[in-house]
Amino acid sequence: MDQQFLGLFMYALSLATMFGIYGVLCLGLNLQWGFAGLFNAGIAGFFAVGAYTTAILTSPESPHYLGGFGWPPILAMPVAMLLSGLIAWPVGRICLGLKGDYLAMATIGISEIIRLVLKNEDWLANGTMGISTVPRPFESLGQPWGNVAFLAFVLVVMLIVYVALERAWISPWGRTMRAIRDNELAAAAIGKDVVRFRLEAFVIGAAVMGLGGALSAMYFKFIGASATEPLLTTFLVWVMLIIGGSGNNRGALLGAGLVWFIWSGTELLTNRLPAEWITRSSYMRALLIGVLLIVVLQRFAKGILPERPPRRIDR
Amino acid sequence: MEALADFVNLYFLPGVAVGCIYALGAVGISLIFAILRFAHFAHGDVMTFGAYVAYSLVASLGWSVYLALPIAIIAAAFLGVAVDRLAYKPFRKSPGIIVVIASFGVMLVVRSLIQLIWGVDVLNYETGIRKPIELFGGFRIAQKHIIIILVSVIIAAGLHWFLSRSRMGKAMRAMSDDADLARISGIDTERVVRWTWLIGGGLAAAAGVFAGINSKLHPSVGWDLLLPLFAAAILGGIGKPYGAIVGGLAIGIAQEVATYPWIADMPLVPPAYKNAVAFFVMVCMLIWRPTGLFRGRVL
Amino acid sequence: MALLEAKGMVGGYGGMDILNGVDLAVDAHEVVVIIGANGAGKSTAMKALFGLVALRAGQVSLGGKDITNAAPNDLVALGMGFVPQERNVFRTMTVRENLEMGAFLKPAAQTRVMEQVFGLFPVLKEKADQPAGELSGGQRQMVAVGRALMTEPKLLMLDEPTAGLSPLMMEQIFERIVAINKEGIGILLVEQNARQALAVAHRGYVLATGRNRFTGTAEALLGNPEIGQSFLGG
Ligand SMILES: Nc1ncnc2c1ncn2[C@@H]1O[C@H](COP(=O)(O)OP(=O)(O)OP(=O)(O)O)[C@@H](O)[C@H]1O
Ligand SMILES: [Mg+2]
Repeated sequence: MDQQFLGLFMYALSLATMFGIYGVLCLGLNLQWGFAGLFNAGIAGFFAVGAYTTAILTSPESPHYLGGFGWPPILAMPVAMLLSGLIAWPVGRICLGLKGDYLAMATIGISEIIRLVLKNEDWLANGTMGISTVPRPFESLGQPWGNVAFLAFVLVVMLIVYVALERAWISPWGRTMRAIRDNELAAAAIGKDVVRFRLEAFVIGAAVMGLGGALSAMYFKFIGASATEPLLTTFLVWVMLIIGGSGNNRGALLGAGLVWFIWSGTELLTNRLPAEWITRSSYMRALLIGVLLIVVLQRFAKGILPERPPRRIDR
Repeated sequence: MEALADFVNLYFLPGVAVGCIYALGAVGISLIFAILRFAHFAHGDVMTFGAYVAYSLVASLGWSVYLALPIAIIAAAFLGVAVDRLAYKPFRKSPGIIVVIASFGVMLVVRSLIQLIWGVDVLNYETGIRKPIELFGGFRIAQKHIIIILVSVIIAAGLHWFLSRSRMGKAMRAMSDDADLARISGIDTERVVRWTWLIGGGLAAAAGVFAGINSKLHPSVGWDLLLPLFAAAILGGIGKPYGAIVGGLAIGIAQEVATYPWIADMPLVPPAYKNAVAFFVMVCMLIWRPTGLFRGRVL
Repeated sequence: MALLEAKGMVGGYGGMDILNGVDLAVDAHEVVVIIGANGAGKSTAMKALFGLVALRAGQVSLGGKDITNAAPNDLVALGMGFVPQERNVFRTMTVRENLEMGAFLKPAAQTRVMEQVFGLFPVLKEKADQPAGELSGGQRQMVAVGRALMTEPKLLMLDEPTAGLSPLMMEQIFERIVAINKEGIGILLVEQNARQALAVAHRGYVLATGRNRFTGTAEALLGNPEIGQSFLGG
């Protein structure tokens, strides 16, 4: 294959794979925020739990940190989800009574504590060095077909999450969740267990974020402190969901694709700039994303694809 | 005696200096939270902006950083007002969470502008190490700490005068007490909001410059302090500027002092977990006493 | 021409109408009282006059000038004062500071008017440096009324200033309201203690479910048996 074409092709593959991973994260956040109105600003923490779990379980044995246990990736993924969910459970139990901004501050605080532990406990996850021997499924197929296969894998996972959440959205469970989000008192008055529903949305959403972390660790074959920076996880995912349209799973995916394309895809264009500008171009893109977020919020507060109530069956 | 001197020199006084930095930032967060009803996530980046403005003056004109401080304060105060006008004002009647998300956007914008203008290298206001100043009986204090603490005290005194004596300062307290009643009383609330940003932004710049003096200057110097600032504001009680000062000092001192070898020879809290002290305090306060130590509000 | 005149006010909270066409008028030098059951929309009508609840239809004018949906601080500048039913003092601020906030638009007259307010409510002078949140209910009402008087309004609107007060305190407050009115300030008053209120008022309105039910002079309303039964406690 032509070298330049191959380069472009690989680049497109990486864009699409990252879209899939962010898509999963956005769907997880949509479950918490779009469905249940929970302002979780600790995405990075649950992402990190999923990613580190995968890295420890799947990487080959190492004297420097826990494991690795050399598990097949496909088995590590459910464990990553489970662990993220398990950690989210007590967090939700104590924090979900908090409203809005307060919940955001509490979750970001807890997420930073999680990140600090993962970064500083060398025995657990090799500390600041991180783990760089995470296997990626289908690697053995070589370039580019291994990458194609992994992309397909990521997209299938994303699609499964999407379908599951779409069904949840129209289910009585989803309807109750929105009722609680829109009017907690009224929902409680008709006998809904508000606390339990919220906790469910929080825990399941966190598990989905853990899944996103697992995919990311496999894709980069690496996990370390820099990969769980809140800017690239928490905040970028929030920007994606808000721009795409919260309360709309399709909006979540659209946001993930659009924002990731602007964040990273425009590299193709800026690569042609003079060298001194190339390093700066990534900041220009961050600038662009920030402006886009503010403009979208001001013009279409509900995102590009706003929430639509499903056809009402009752009444 | 020597142990006490060590404790004071190496843990307590640095803690007070860090506490001053937190206090300056937290006052703004607390006022903005009380008056505009949202947690301003871009506050750390306003701090960073102020710190870099001071750096520009130091680097290009050869000024002392302390001389550059007032200019940085003015610049960040106006940045605060401008950001409010462009980004937050359209959301005055929206639910607070929308504004928080808008502040995520502002965070991205301000930080990337800083990176574009000043680059991403780690910078210093001045090079070389200054000898600490000997006090009595083995006590020593770094020059930078003296200045940080003194200037913070002066700023706090000015703030106290403003809030307790000036008409606008009182109006700010009135609005953070009850915004609707302030409007009914004929207070021009938009003007109060502008002043809130001037004060909040200016204090943030002071905090940012001091953070740069205390360690180093880099584009996330303010962001790294954001959570301790929230912690301090919550600890002090939202809408309580004096509470935020106490909260900032408490958290700064707690962070440093927690690394002292209280039991055996090991630091009680490993230095790498210093920040966790702040996060932990914040989460505990949020859960068990969200009104803070001084009975602030819960919005 | 009336000092304050509202015609056909329609509006409410978040798309739900509470007022379904309310007319009100207050003349300069008049005391006008609004009575009605709980939830009738009395407070909402007051807030609508003061630009705190958006009107979908209807008009409000002050001295012939259209003030429909004007901003509250502009209304203060035009000579209206409002004491809301709840949360009507700055609890964390001292009595003096509360009064100063009332004078925000007219700092020049602050000292002079504050002396007048202290003359009207001597307790406040004693408590001047105490936080308003620490005062008794009656004293707090006085702070609230004093705060509203600080801009020397032409029209003072009071929403249940005697709620929860002892009969003695209530009497005092009514007495002061009459005194304020004697100074040439028009008064619009919402009251649960309707009998006492009508006793000091010139005219009254009875609201029910966001509409005018009865309108008339105070004597006429007091004399109307139907009103007596349902609104004046028999
Ligand atoms: N802020 C608000 N948001 C939504 N609905 C409100 C609000 N305030 C009042 N209401 C509703 O508007 C209706 C009228 O309330 P309003 O306070 O005007 O009654 P009121 O006549 O003053 O009663 P009261 O004598 O008890 O003070 C009530 O049904 C109330 O539930
Ligand atoms: Mg009422």
